[in-house]
Order: sequence, then structure tokens, then C-alpha cells
Amino acid sequence: MTIPEIIGLACIAAGIPFFLSGTIGMLRFPDIFTRLHALTKADNVGLGFLIIGLCLQTDDWFIVIKLVLIWVLVLTASSASCHLVARRALQKGIRPWTRE
Amino acid sequence: MDQGMKMLLTGFDLLLALTLLWLAWQLLRSTDIFKAIIFFICFGLLMSLAWVRMHAPDVALAEAAIGTGLTGPLFLAALRRIERKAGKNMMSEPAGNGEETGSRWKARNREMSPLLWTVTALTCCLAGLLIWTVLIIPRPLPGLADQVAGSLAESGVNNPVTAVLLNFRGYDTLLEVMVLLLGAITVWSITHAPFPPRVPDTSPVQKAAVRLLLPLICLIGGYLVWQGAYQTGGAFQGGAVLSAALVLLLISDFLWLPGMRSLPLRLGLTLGPLVFVLLAGFGILVEKTLLRLPVEYAGPLLLFLEAACGLSIGLTLAAFFAGGRPASDLRETPYSGEAKGKGPAES
Repeated sequence: MTIPEIIGLACIAAGIPFFLSGTIGMLRFPDIFTRLHALTKADNVGLGFLIIGLCLQTDDWFIVIKLVLIWVLVLTASSASCHLVARRALQKGIRPWTRE
Repeated sequence: MDQGMKMLLTGFDLLLALTLLWLAWQLLRSTDIFKAIIFFICFGLLMSLAWVRMHAPDVALAEAAIGTGLTGPLFLAALRRIERKAGKNMMSEPAGNGEETGSRWKARNREMSPLLWTVTALTCCLAGLLIWTVLIIPRPLPGLADQVAGSLAESGVNNPVTAVLLNFRGYDTLLEVMVLLLGAITVWSITHAPFPPRVPDTSPVQKAAVRLLLPLICLIGGYLVWQGAYQTGGAFQGGAVLSAALVLLLISDFLWLPGMRSLPLRLGLTLGPLVFVLLAGFGILVEKTLLRLPVEYAGPLLLFLEAACGLSIGLTLAAFFAGGRPASDLRETPYSGEAKGKGPAES
């Protein structure tokens, strides 16, 4: 195993807790806004680590470009759709959860 | 290591199959239509993963793009229309009455019990028949894969799936394209778009994201059509991606349908079927057989055909989503539902 491969594996391993916490947050958080927060933030960082890890596993620049493109596209799509879900929820009059 | 990997994959497949069954059950028993649509979308995404596991990437791509990416929004648009017509919002039902809808479902279930029993019995018969059929399939599997591989050189493309779909069995694809055209004609015959008229209320974030993504989506759609000759891809997948771009334009109020001219749309909708019919006629005249292509020109001809079909399929699917013909096209008063007096006032 070469050093980049080990670093890549470490990056992928570092990404897993973010996916896990994102999933748990999605299931356990009290309202739609906090759930969105858990989902988008955690998934984006987790996916970032995953992409970096996968980039370090390959020698082909074309694949690296494709992987980074996937990350950028997911970032764009998930932040835009997160905004839209939250906007619609606010328009419908759903109040953000507060700790009484 | 190899053994462990195999076991891991078997476990994954098992989990996938069970999740699919569970999703299908949830989808069927859900009383909330919106929830059922979300289940349908999840089902489609996992189904395309299942196709990947069965080494059928072409079907997986079609399932993800058409079966899920387009049919899901189509259902959502239909639900929106139902809600507008009913004058209430089913999506915003308070969360508290899940219990009540559940009991209502059970009550109705008990009422139609004879019908339910018949359906259950028939479904079990069908499932048994299918299982039996799978069990008696002789191994190794009979198929035409060898014959296709043998005559791949004559087809003009390197992807066996595209060779079968557009050259060896072009007849089926011709009919599929015609069915889509027929669907578009039906949708255009029923009403005009947008129906009912919607209030433009688009978030600037959405507009910016669509502006950013649109060129890329068109590029990917074109790439998929072109790639069909070599590997996974083709007119249907590329067309579905193109239609996604059009749907984004529609829901972001970039395309204002009432102002659209219908002639270019009509030409676009019929381009693919027209090229297909011309090629079929060309086959009869030159090669004396319907849809047979001359071997030396097959490659470019198929690429041309795929490009035309991709464009038409993209427009057709987007026309389904828009749900009617452009208002500028109207010659008579449309069926306007509750939207009285809101018809096409402009010329």
C-alpha cells in the first residue's frame, strides 16, 4: 500500500461519522429545519471526505475531475433544494422548534 | 478476502430486495398520496440500484432517469392539480391524524374483503407461476447474446444494447417512439398549459441554481445520446435528461408557456418519429426490408436517428409535465376546470 492510498482510506474513514451523524440527526431531530441542517451539512462534509479519499486512490486525472464535479453538483443541488424545502415550510407557517 | 466480499455483496443484495419489498408495501398501503409518491421515488432509486447489481446499466439509467426522475415529478404535478381543483391542500394535513387515516384504511379494508381475497389469491397464483418459471429456466440461459455479439460489426455501433434496440429490433423502438408521440398528442388534446394557471413565485436561489445547472444538464443529455453507440446510454436516457432541463425551466418560470409558439414544439415532438419512419421507408426502398440499414452507413445513420429521437423524447416528456399544449395554440375554448375566465386572453 502506498502512502496516498493510506491517506485516502483515512479520509474515507473520516467521512463515515459525518454520514452516520447526518442520518441520526435526520431521524432524531425535532423539526424540519434542524433535520435539514443535519442532512445537508453532514452529508456535504462526509461526501467531501469520501471524494478526497477516492481521488487519492486513482492515478487517472479524468476520474479525479469527474469525482470533484460530482461533489460540486451535489453541493449545488443539495443546498438549493434544502433552501427550497425550508422556504416552503416557512411559507406554510411552520415555526422553527425552540427549547421551551 | 474474495469469499468475504462475495458474502458482503450477497448480504447487500438481500437487504436491497427486502427494502424494495418493504417500500412497495408502504407505497401501496399509504393513504397520503404525497407520502406514496415519495415512496415511489425511493422505490425507483433503489430499483435502479438493483438493476446495476443485475449488470444491466442501461435499464438502471432508464429507470433512474425516466422511471424515477421524471415520473416522480409528473405524479407531484398531478397531485398539485388535484389539490388545486379540490381547493384544499392535502400535503399540509396536520400530522396528528395519521392514527385516524390508519383506522379508516383498516375499516375500508374490512369492507372490501371479498375483492381483497380474490386479488390476494390471484397475486399469489401469479407469484407462484413466476417462481416456477424462474425455477424451470434451463441453465445455461438460452439467449441471443452470442448471435448479437456475432453480428455486432454489421450494426454500426459498438454497444450491443443500442445495436439490438435501434438496428436488429428497430421495429420495437419505432413503436415505443410512436407511443410517446401518441401520449403527447393526447395530452395536447385534453387541455392547455399551464393548467391551472400558476402564480410565479420562484426563489432567487432556485433561479441561480437552474442557471448554473442547465448548460451542464444539456451537455450530459447530449453526451448520453452520443455515448449510446459505445457504452451505456442512448436516446431514451439522453432524452430524459434533456426533459429534466426543460422541467427545471418550467418550474422556475423561465419558460412562460402561454407565450410560446407551438410550431417549433410540434416540429420537435415529431422529429424523432419522422426520422424513424423515413429510415424505415429507406430500408424498404434500398435494402428491400423494413428498417434494415446499409452496413457501411449504419453508424452515422443511427447517431442521427438517436439524436433526433433524443430531442423528441425530451420534448415529449417535458410536454407531459407541462400537461397541455401552449395557450397560443388554441383555436377553441379549452376545458378550463375551475379556472374560468383565466383562459388565454392574449392573442
